[in-house]
Amino acid sequence: MPVTVRTFATYSEAAAVLSSDRAARYLGGGTLVMRALNEGDISISTVVRASDHILKRIEATGPRVTIGAGVTFAQILSHRDLAFLHAAARSIGGPAVRNMGTVGGNLFAPNPYGDFTVALLALDATVAAQGGLGARDMPIEEFLQSRERQAGQLVLSISCQRPASPDAFRYRKVTRIRPKGGSVITIAAHLPMSGGRVVGARIALGSMAATQIRAKAAERALEGRPLDASTIAAAAAAAVEGASPANNALGSSWYRREIVGVHLRRLLSGQE
Amino acid sequence: MSKTALQFRHNGREVAIFVDGGTNLLVALRELIGDMTPKFGCGQGTCGTCSVLIDGELHLACLTLAETAAGHAVETLDGLKHGPDLHPLQRAFAENFAAQCGYCTPGMLMAAKALLDRNPSPTRADVVEAISGNICRCTGYEPIINAVLDAASGGRARA
Repeated sequence: MPVTVRTFATYSEAAAVLSSDRAARYLGGGTLVMRALNEGDISISTVVRASDHILKRIEATGPRVTIGAGVTFAQILSHRDLAFLHAAARSIGGPAVRNMGTVGGNLFAPNPYGDFTVALLALDATVAAQGGLGARDMPIEEFLQSRERQAGQLVLSISCQRPASPDAFRYRKVTRIRPKGGSVITIAAHLPMSGGRVVGARIALGSMAATQIRAKAAERALEGRPLDASTIAAAAAAAVEGASPANNALGSSWYRREIVGVHLRRLLSGQE
Repeated sequence: MSKTALQFRHNGREVAIFVDGGTNLLVALRELIGDMTPKFGCGQGTCGTCSVLIDGELHLACLTLAETAAGHAVETLDGLKHGPDLHPLQRAFAENFAAQCGYCTPGMLMAAKALLDRNPSPTRADVVEAISGNICRCTGYEPIINAVLDAASGGRARA
């Protein structure tokens, strides 16, 4: 069924339409919205776009990194200053999907997708969005918890603190086939160290609940401790706490519960 | 519902069409322009057989809103050959038995072209990565990977 396509020069015009029309959906890279249209999703009657260059901007020179919602994974991969996000960006789709899919769209990608968002969740990212009541910044965790209600907002950018060292941020997407496959489990770990101890640990999981979640029990097991074998074992044992894993063709809920600790242990101990 | 006028370059030739709102580029190419080389596989971005180049970048035509192609250069498999002469990639695919049922072949060739245009001497791992978004259910991929490596080296790699 044909839909109305509305393209605006500025993000604020696009945001105004999104917030006032329930059947309007913002089109980023197309990997979610065009797919829905191809499947005959009748809940979408208007497709909104914005050609605003602000949505494509990357600010990555300082300790805090801001990425426009319309930035593609290919653009992240070609940006040297975003090396800490390259593993997560490379794990998305094949080359065509990386040329199309955007950072902002990934926030809305349901299981088994949304791997990049797992990395952003472990980095305590902030989501800047424009809604009917104006612009606001929201912690990514809060954004994800209320994701169903965020469709009327236009995400403008995502920002996060750059990890102190390459080793302080780790990412792993467990798939059945390589190099490309849907996520069985996706894990990101931010492990800031201070005086040989982990301070402010963040563990984020994909495919372990309806949206990406933090493994807070595992974070507590790491907090204030050196990253040694016994700490890692305790975190791995706690990884499944609070999870309600996806049950799909890529893996059963039971299987995900069984292996999440194994892969977290490997990630934390630096094993392949 | 009104139609939108749309103009873009299709394999080097300027084309102008009218599309319904929400029409994807694959439908525009096949049904409005008559270029049947990009195929419809899944409509979800999973299979890759609708792959085309937009300004030299690999894109999935089925997930591209047709009107976003306005003013851009779209290349499909149909643009690869010159008259009766096959493109070196097409020749390498034929020589390596890289096409069996052939349904994935248009997408494979475009993904391979996107790779070779940027990296004329790829490693095997580069080729595997480049075609990772394209599903083949016949060949087991090996003949395809060999064909791309062959085309890259002008046939020297496995001579």
